[in-house]
Formats: sequence, structure tokens, C-alpha cells
Amino acid sequence: MSSDPSPTRDESASAPDAALLHDTGSVRALNPGPVLEVDPLLDDPETRIIVCCGSGGVGKTTTAAALGLRAAERGRKVVVLTIDPARRLAQSMGIDALDNTPRRVKGIEDTAGGELHAMMLDMKRTFDEIVEAHADRERAAAILGNPFYQSLSAGFAGTQEYMAMEKLGQLRARDEWDLIVVDTPPSRSALDFLDAPKRLGSFLDGKLIRVLMAPAKVGGRAGMKFLNVGMSMMTGALGKLLGGQLLKDVQTFVAAMDTMFGGFRTRADATYRLLQAPGTAFLVVAAPERDALREAAYFVERLAAEDMPLAGLVLNRVHGSDAVQLSAERALAAAENLEEPRIVDQQGGKAGLRNSPDTYGSSSSSASEASDTDAGSPAATDQDRSVEQLTAGLLRLHAERMQLLSREQRTRDRFTARHPEVAVAEVAALPGDVHDLVGLRDVGDRLAANQDERPEEHEAHG
Amino acid sequence: MSRLQVVSGKGGTGKTTVSAALALALATEGKRTLLVEVEGRQGIAQLFETEALPYEERKIAVAPGGGEVYALQMFYKMGGAGRALKKLGAIDFATTVAPGLRDVLLTGKACEAVRRKDRSGRFVYDYVVMDAPPTGRVTRFLNVNDEVAGLARIGPIHNQAQAVMRVLKSRETAVHLVTLLEEMPVQETADGITELRAAKLPVGRIIVNMVRPTILDQADLDLAHAVPRTAVAKSLSGAGLGGARRGGLAERLVDPLLRQADEYAERFALEREQRGVLTELGLPLRELPLLAEGMDLAGLYELASELRQQGIS
Repeated sequence: MSSDPSPTRDESASAPDAALLHDTGSVRALNPGPVLEVDPLLDDPETRIIVCCGSGGVGKTTTAAALGLRAAERGRKVVVLTIDPARRLAQSMGIDALDNTPRRVKGIEDTAGGELHAMMLDMKRTFDEIVEAHADRERAAAILGNPFYQSLSAGFAGTQEYMAMEKLGQLRARDEWDLIVVDTPPSRSALDFLDAPKRLGSFLDGKLIRVLMAPAKVGGRAGMKFLNVGMSMMTGALGKLLGGQLLKDVQTFVAAMDTMFGGFRTRADATYRLLQAPGTAFLVVAAPERDALREAAYFVERLAAEDMPLAGLVLNRVHGSDAVQLSAERALAAAENLEEPRIVDQQGGKAGLRNSPDTYGSSSSSASEASDTDAGSPAATDQDRSVEQLTAGLLRLHAERMQLLSREQRTRDRFTARHPEVAVAEVAALPGDVHDLVGLRDVGDRLAANQDERPEEHEAHG
Repeated sequence: MSRLQVVSGKGGTGKTTVSAALALALATEGKRTLLVEVEGRQGIAQLFETEALPYEERKIAVAPGGGEVYALQMFYKMGGAGRALKKLGAIDFATTVAPGLRDVLLTGKACEAVRRKDRSGRFVYDYVVMDAPPTGRVTRFLNVNDEVAGLARIGPIHNQAQAVMRVLKSRETAVHLVTLLEEMPVQETADGITELRAAKLPVGRIIVNMVRPTILDQADLDLAHAVPRTAVAKSLSGAGLGGARRGGLAERLVDPLLRQADEYAERFALEREQRGVLTELGLPLRELPLLAEGMDLAGLYELASELRQQGIS
């Protein structure tokens, strides 16, 4: 039913008890494959662009910011470009508002001579800038004043991808930074930014544009004259989806944008080539969950198909344990052992279960009932019992952790089996959210802790 | 209750799963629901373990008590009309150059399904559940027809856009937000509610997804701080986990286990704080458990019955 294999008994579970005493690291059973070493990538002066892509909610923005910070603190002059409308990067970098120009981030360790700049993409501003750059003044004013353009450029879904790539091209052209880290938009299809130039091209070569453009050329400026030309042909098809809709707006818009398409396309093509260039490194970001890794596998395949240089996979939120020698099954069995006396105890009421001193007197009779096995006063018994209860809880918590570990490992193994060539950097899960440079630095340390000589585990030994 | 149920949420919160569970829950006892996926990732097909969905309304599941769930995937393998549009380059246009158009088509289609009646005048679908774009985009997505109506001030386009907005802003519609008990998704939920309300779109419920079970309560956590390590070691040893003396297995387990309890405590506190923030938003809360073995079809039915138990009307 499920493609997920039912939890195969953990290797350590079937092992004799004696084996449990050894740190077998059994949850890291399969060969983990190549390791993504982040520092050499960041330090290499040939690395000029790092693109972080991945599905939503996997920590893409945090990863991009952490990489930018780390590179800057290692001496590079970095700019981080983020697109996310939730302004998470702004929050995590302690900057209240990022605008469409890169701002220097204060508070970084700059002894290595690096700098960190960050910017948040303002789609409308970027769009306006393109219009101004590609159309003469009168034409630009007409476009900027067009109501459909205003709606569109203010951020309909999808324009983000264009604008992000456009901005990346601009930043690269300014040549002020030696490393640009890009956080990609949380797209419906996460590789829309790759498709954008191609789709634009296929649209420009399509018949629709000719239908739409023809009247515009006859009628000169975008006006009302051409509205009925080509309309009947279109409404037939569109009408099947919805009923004739919105064509006027489209036509007006297309006509107004007439002069700009050529420039658009040229630039989109240039950016696309820039992404394929050797100085670019793609990092696919994921969490060790089925959906996120399935999406990651899709990314890896698409990037390969597009000849985009993939540096590796950043696997965020990987859990670990310092007690992997204790299997989930054994922890659960032990927890049950500890909890058994409680069943007896419950006859006397639940009051004694909790470590509440004011119930000592009233529950002493029930406590003494259960105290046959324990020497000691009712109070001490009560204390023991709550310790046992705590211990049982600790063991259940551990069992849950171990089950999570093996689930994460299975998910990851499935990815590795499909893409054994992809280098992976694991980032240990943080209990809370990342808000500030300290947190980003911590994420950067965790990212860089993946080294080839110790591929088994980077542990969180305190 | 509202017949158009829109489900949004931050990326990664599981809104597709929640949409699917909601569609199943609403279909229970002989109802018919339509599940519309707008993101085009075939997430619904994967959840229901069926092949990729074509551009047509197709029955994909039977709900407990005989109800039916249909699903519709837009912009994927469209039929004749789609091919014609594709040939023209109109799909490329709608999905990239003017992506707002796509939103117009999607919202229009969903509202059409809500209003559709059969020959006898009964609604074809009792409920339409829409797996909508993420919180950051959902208001603009739902409001796209308002913009259209503003652009085209008279005529059929205007009327159509207005008709769609009338459905979306009426009590026929409820927009639910899926969140996790984490800071960013909760913040986005709060922002999303503000935006939806400002746009006069009807906000439904907050659905907290992937809620982890309480393993240690506050009393346990307090005790974990106060308890002598030797007592825990003794207790572990008593449970059959080796020696409690220094260097024994039980003794060596104490620190790692207490560290895990510390991490749990930190998360526990964060979750409690976030639950508090959500409660203050003043909307009905529903909680769905984290399924230990990951999501599959059986899990989906489990979540659907959970939703029914908590009340979905």
C-alpha cells in the first residue's frame, strides 16, 4: 500500500543484548556516500554564485543566510539575495527592512577582511527598473501607468522567478561582490526560475503573441481599437476553461510591453547561461522527510538535464542521539518494566503518581500497599516512583528519537540509492528557530562540520 | 457550513495532506466532494496513491459511509481545449508571462464547481476543497478577481470576476490555515489572517498539523532538573538496562537521556508558547497528530476521522 517499507526491524534490535553495549552506530548503516564539504566551496575564489533551491519549509532562506555569513567571516565579500515575502532573512539577520538594494550587515566577524551584504527582492521595483532600462521615456511612462501592469508587477505569483533571475544578473554585472548567494522563491514548481526564460522564449515564438501583437502594430499605441481582433479565436479555447475572460487586459498589457520583450528574452537567456557557468554552484536544500527529499531528487534530475552545476544536497534538521547503543525496542521494553508497578498503584488513586508533596499523607495507605518490594518510608517510595515514572518517560522519549532516526535514515538511503553521486552535508536539528547572527553562525558551523574523514556522524557531544 | 473550503498554510506544514483529509472527512456519509489542487505538483495523486491526475474531475477515493472524493488537477495534461491553448502558447503565457491569469482560471474554476448543479437542480458537489497557494500568496490569489474587476470596469469580464468574488467573500467560503507549533509558521498564520481579513475574505479555522504527543509533562520536566543522576541510573538499571555504577551501561545512558529531555523541554516550552499565540488569534483550533510512520493512505483516513471527531462544521 505504502511505498514506505514497513519498519524493518532495526539492525540493532535483532542483535544479542551484548551488542547493545557497544556503540555500533547501527542507525548509520549504509554507506553514506560522498560528503559535501562546505568550506572549500565557500573559500574557492572561483565560486561566484551559490543558488539554494528546494521545496518550501525546509530552511532554504536560513541556509542561504548562514552560508553567506560564513563565507563573509572567512574573508569573502558576499551579497545574499532573498526573495521570500515573509522577510525571514530580514528577521534572521536582525535587519528590519531590506529594500531593493544590498545593505551591509553589521555585527559580523570581519577580521578576515570579508563583508556581508543582504537584500530582499522588491519585485515591483525590479520590474520597473527593467521597464525603464528597456523602453524610451515616453513608452516607459505609458507602461508604468498601465493598470494591468501595476497589478502584475506588484507581485502576481510567478513574476518572482523572473525578477529574481533578473536581479541576480544585475548583481553579477555590477561585479562588486565576489560571491552572490541566492535564495530561490518558494515556487509552486520549485524550478520555475529555470523554466522562466524558456517559457518566455516559447511564448514569444508562439502564435498567441502574433495574434495579440498584430492589432497592436496596426493600431499603434495600446488602445481600444484592436480589442475584437483575434478575440473570437481565443474566447473559444479559453471559454472552455472559464468563459471568455480578461483578454482585454492581456492584450493591453502585451501591446504596451511590445518593445520590451526582446530585451527581456536576451537578458533571461544571459542569466540562464550564467547559471550554467562554472562559477555557479547549486545547492539543493531538503529535510529528511519523504516529500522534501522526493522534491530534492526531482531538483537533482532537473539540474542535470539543464546542465546546471550541482554542488550537493544540504540536509537540514537531521536528528541524532548520543545513546544510539540503546535501541527503540529495548528502551520501550524497559519503560514498560518501570511502568508496571503503576498499574497496581492506580488502585489507590492517581494522586500518589505525581510528585506533589501535599498528597503524601492522604495517599500513604495506597503507597504502602505497593511498597512491599521497596524498603523505605512512604515518602521515599513516592519519590522513587516518580523517578521511575520520569525514567520511563526518558526511555519513551529515547525510543521516539530512535524511531525518528531510523525513519530519517531510511528516507535518506532511498535518496542516496537513487542519486549516489550527490554529495550531502547534514545539519543537525536545532530545537528552536534561528533569529540572529549567532544562530546563523551556529547553522554555518553545523553545515561545515561535515568532513570526509568522519562521514559517519558529526555528533553534538557537549 | 461553507461549501468552498480553501486550505492554505506555510510551505512544509502539510496543507496538501490536510486538504485531502478534509475532503475525505467532508465526504463521509454519502456526500460528494471535489478536491482541487492548484500547485500542480501531483501531491494529491501521491497521497491517494493513484496515477497522476489528468485535467478532469476524477473519482479518487471512497469515504467511510459511502461518500466520494473527486479530484481535479489544473494545468496538467489538459484535453482538447488545453492542447489548443498550448499550441497558441497561451499556457506558457498564463503560467509565466502573466501568471495572474492562472490564478484567475483556478479561482474561477473552483467557484464554478461550487455553483454547478445537475439537471434536477441539486449541487453536483456538496463541498469543494481547494489546496491553495501558501499563506504568503493566498490573499492575492483569492483576490485576483477583485483586481480583474477593477481593471475591466464593465462588460462580461467584469461580471464574471465579480461573480467569483461574490462566492469567495460570502459565507459559502472558508479559508483555513494550516500551521505547525513553530514560530515561523505561526507568525505567517497570524499575518495571513490579518491580510485575509483586510481583504474581507472569510477566515475559517486554524489547523495545527503534526502535533507531537506529550511524552513528558511539566512535572516530569521539573523532576528531570532536580533528580540526582544516581537515582535515574538506579532506575534504568532496575529496568534491566545494565549496571548503575560508574561506567555501567545504565549510568552511561543517564546523561544522553537527560540531554534529550532538555531538548524536549525546550521544544515543549516553545510549543506551549506558540499554542498560546494561536489561541489569542481567536479562531477555532483543530489539532492533527504527527503520524509516527509517515503519511500514507491509511494515515489519511486516520486524519480524516480525527477531523470529524473534532468537528469540521
